Order: sequence, then C-alpha cells, then structure tokens
Amino acid sequence: MRGAITAATQDLAGLMDQLDEETAGIIEFQIAMLEDDALVEPALFSIREGIAAEAAWQAALDAQVADYEAAEDEYFQARASDLKDLRDRVLRNLRGASCVQALPDGAVLAGHEITPSRFLETDWSRGGGLALRQGSPSSHVAMLARARGVPMVVGLGDADLPETGEVLLDGDDGILIVDPDDQERNAFTRRQQAASSNRQLEESYRGKPAVTGDGTAIAVMINVADPDELDDLDPADCDGIGLVRSEFLFHGPGGLPDEEQQYLAYSRILRWAGDKPVVIRTLDAGGDKPIAGLTADNESNPFLGLRGLRLSLARLEVFRVQLRALARSAPEGNLKIMLPMVTRPEELTKAKRLYEEALVALRAEGVACGEAPLGMMVEVPAAAIAPELFAEAAFFSIGSNDLTQYVTAAGRDIAAVADLNDSAHPAMLKLIRSLIEGAAAIERDVSLCGDAGGEPSEIPGLLRCGLRSLSVAPLALGRAKAAIAETDLANAHA
Amino acid sequence: MEQASVFMTHEIGLHARPSVKLTKLAKTFTAQIELAIAGAEGPWIDAKSIVKVMAAKAPKDTTLFFRAEGADAAAALAALTALVERDFDEGKADAANA
Repeated sequence: MRGAITAATQDLAGLMDQLDEETAGIIEFQIAMLEDDALVEPALFSIREGIAAEAAWQAALDAQVADYEAAEDEYFQARASDLKDLRDRVLRNLRGASCVQALPDGAVLAGHEITPSRFLETDWSRGGGLALRQGSPSSHVAMLARARGVPMVVGLGDADLPETGEVLLDGDDGILIVDPDDQERNAFTRRQQAASSNRQLEESYRGKPAVTGDGTAIAVMINVADPDELDDLDPADCDGIGLVRSEFLFHGPGGLPDEEQQYLAYSRILRWAGDKPVVIRTLDAGGDKPIAGLTADNESNPFLGLRGLRLSLARLEVFRVQLRALARSAPEGNLKIMLPMVTRPEELTKAKRLYEEALVALRAEGVACGEAPLGMMVEVPAAAIAPELFAEAAFFSIGSNDLTQYVTAAGRDIAAVADLNDSAHPAMLKLIRSLIEGAAAIERDVSLCGDAGGEPSEIPGLLRCGLRSLSVAPLALGRAKAAIAETDLANAHA
Repeated sequence: MEQASVFMTHEIGLHARPSVKLTKLAKTFTAQIELAIAGAEGPWIDAKSIVKVMAAKAPKDTTLFFRAEGADAAAALAALTALVERDFDEGKADAANA
C-alpha cells in the first residue's frame, strides 16, 4: 500500500516537471493530498483489520469523493474528480498497471468523467477531443482543456454515445454529432478550417486600427485590472485604456492603499498610455467584489446594495483619498475619471463637488494636480433609460455585465439562470440604442467596457446600435478588431 | 496557547492552491497548529493536514481561526495570518482559472 502511494507520488512529481505553473499547481495539490497521512490512515486501518489493500483504498477514497460531491460550493464539488484521480492512480499502481494513454489520430474520448492527471498523460497533439456525460466547465480538466485548445463537451447526460464509430466534436459551440452524414461532415470540415484560419486572421488584426467593412472607425481600448498586465502590451495596439479597475489596489496586503500608493499606481498606468485616454474607475467594491473592512457584511442582496459609488459616498474618508490620488496623477497623462453604479444625478453632483474640494485642498498645499473629466458607468437600468438626467457626466461607459444582470434579473454567477443572463437579449440592444441616442442629444459619447464588447458574435449588433467605442480584455483585441472589420454598417443585413 | 483570527477574502475560498500553501507553511513550524472556520469554539482541525483543511471547505469571506501550542507558536500564527492577508499570494489570474 505504502509502495503504491509512493509510486503514485513519483508519477505525479514526474509529470510536474513538464508542466506550466498553472497545471503544476493542480498536481502539487494532488501530491500534497497523497503525502498526508490523514488520507491514508483509514485505508491502513482497514488493512490491519484484514481488508485487502485495493478494497481498503477504494473504500477510503470513495468516502472522500462522496464528501466533496456533497459540497454546496461548485468549486469544492469539482475537487471530487481530483480525489477520483488519486484513487485510480494508486489503484493502478496496486495492480501494477501502466497508465500511459495513447490516442489514435483525432480520437474523441467518451466517458462519464476524466481525471486531471489522466488528461495530462494523454497525448492530445494528434487532434483528440473529449465528450463527457458529467463534467463541469469549472473543473480543472475544463481549465486544462481550454488552455491547451483541446475540444471538449461536458454534461451530455444520458445521450447515446457509441463505443466506436465516427463523431464530430465542436468545442466552440459544445456540439457532438454522432454518426454524421456527408452533409454534416462537409459542414464540419468547413467550420474547422474556418476556425483555424480565423484564429490566425484575428491575431493579424491586433496591431491595426479598427475599421468596419464600410470604413467606419471604431475605438478599441483595453480593460486593465492590474498595472503589471501592461508590461507585455504595446500601447500602439489599442486606442487607450477604457477601464482601469481600481479595486486591484484594495486587495493588496496591509489593508486599504494610501494616497501615495494609489498615486504611484495611477501614474504608472497613465505614463504607459502616453497621450491616449485612460479611464480610471473609482472603487467599485461590493456586489460580488467584497473588500474586508470596507464593504457591508450580511446584505441580503449585495448586487442591489451598498456598492460602487454608493459605498464611496458612504465612506468619504476612503473616497477622498482616492480622489486626491487621482487629481495628483492627472498631469501624468490623459486621465478620465469614471464613477460606477450612478443611479441618481445627485450622486454625480456630490462626487464632482468632492473632486473639486480635493483639487482646492491640493492647490492650497502646493501639491501638483490637475483636472480630469468625470464620467459615469451605465450599468443601473435607471441611468440607461434616462441618460438625459446625467448631463453632468462628461461621458458614459456601458457596464454590460451588470446592466445585463439588472435588465434580465438573472445573475450570471447562478448556473441555474445563466442562460437567461443574455447580453444580446433584444431588450438589451434596444436599451443600448436608446441610451446612445439619448446621450447624443446631450452631446455625450458612449463606450462599452463589459465582456460583450470582446465577443465577436455580439460586436455587430452593438455597432448597429450606434456604438463606436469598445473596451475589451487585452487578449480579445485581435478578435474584437477582426469582428469589427467583418461588420458592414452600410448593409443592415450583412 | 496562542490564538489568532483573520478574514479570508480569496475569490474562491480555501481551495486547492491556498490550502497547499497554508499547510506547507504550517509544517515549517514545530508548534502544534489548529484551524477552525466555524468560530473560536472550534471544531478544530490540524492545520498541517491538507486533507483536513480542504475537507473544511471554507468558502470566501470566512474568518479563519488559528490556535497554536509550542515554542514557535507566536511566529507560526503571525506567518499564517500574514499569508491569508496576502490572499495566499494568488493573483487574479489564478482566481479566474480556478
């Protein structure tokens, strides 16, 4: 028994050498579990009672697996597959079986579930894929498959899966076609070729200006959550930073950041962008982003609670520090300040007054500072419906993630209603169109900085609503620009 | 007996990688170290056992209670609470992928 566990640990340690840091972390966890006597003790006890080693180990680990499967939290549920992996690996060693997995070219593995180490031992270089009855998009295996580009579908349930035969697996759309006919086969091959050349094509757009098929220029900016991300990025690839999530500063060690820390971080980002605009959002804590010691505990519905600007206006001692740091960094570049969760114009007026007070105080102290336009996020439906009330804002930026969940009354972190949380819902597009028209009437620009802006399938619809500025994750730059180039605004049906 | 508590804000909770880091750090001390998530009254579990720490399934926004007994108990508690306060040294990329 001890020998089999040691051998399994060595197998895992051997795997670790060939892996990136991310994947190695999963294996490191499995090794730590195997090395913990608490895992082995129940099995050893059974063996001393006269139970065979295989059965003892199986029973001990099955109990662990059942415990994780019963967890309420999806993340801990997904750990059940790590425990199954350890169970099976030690069992194979107890039985002396080899665990190398060779897949024929383009084979699709079908089954209930696959363990992370089995996934890693499999050679996917010849175009294999995975079709699972169970599985979850948040499992370690799904994460590994995404990182390696291995096509995978999960949750097939009781669907009829043949042991042998031909299947077509489309991981992008989550479709498995069993026993395809010629028509399906041809369509699939075309899709496959298109997807592959598409990826190359998308990357070729990364460094180019974004222009639609009919020649309309679109500003494509990036969303930044941490200044370190900028080290690997070229400012020439984007039209500025459409969203800096200042929350990154508030999660560091040592509690809330002081004025100097914030000033240094904002200045670094502004200098990176040169004269391109940098939209820094004031602290958007609360909702799904709690900050210890700052956000309210035990709200019955945090998404409808004290979050964003509401929290900043309730905690002026924190907000004032941020406004001072922003005012001090303004001379370093093209700063724009954005306020999250604005619901009533009075909140905007208050924030503006606080910013002006910060400027007056800094000038009185003889500290260098500068003015920056104050704009607002539009994620609260009240603001999206009546933008004309918010003429005090210098610009608008649609927070499509929150706006979608407030418009559809469906949280995207709740799996059971995730399909209702649809940012392409006709009501969303209607609302965005009306917001852009309303903003144009008071001569304000509208941008969008939610995930929808980086989704190729949603970009044409957004541009047709009149949107001319998007802010996307740095990784989505090429893909977004490619989708823009394919959109022809002159032809409503293209 | 030394005691300490710390509020954990890690995106997922006490998941695989943070648990590995916590137990590995705990094992560098000779003191007997225990962890509780329900409150300062326990139940207490061995903070050096990854199997037990993971089985506690502490979600995010949990207050972790530590107690330790032994020569280096105070240093152990300081190091462990600091690790939790540093969010287990995990960047947001980890949280997004975990």
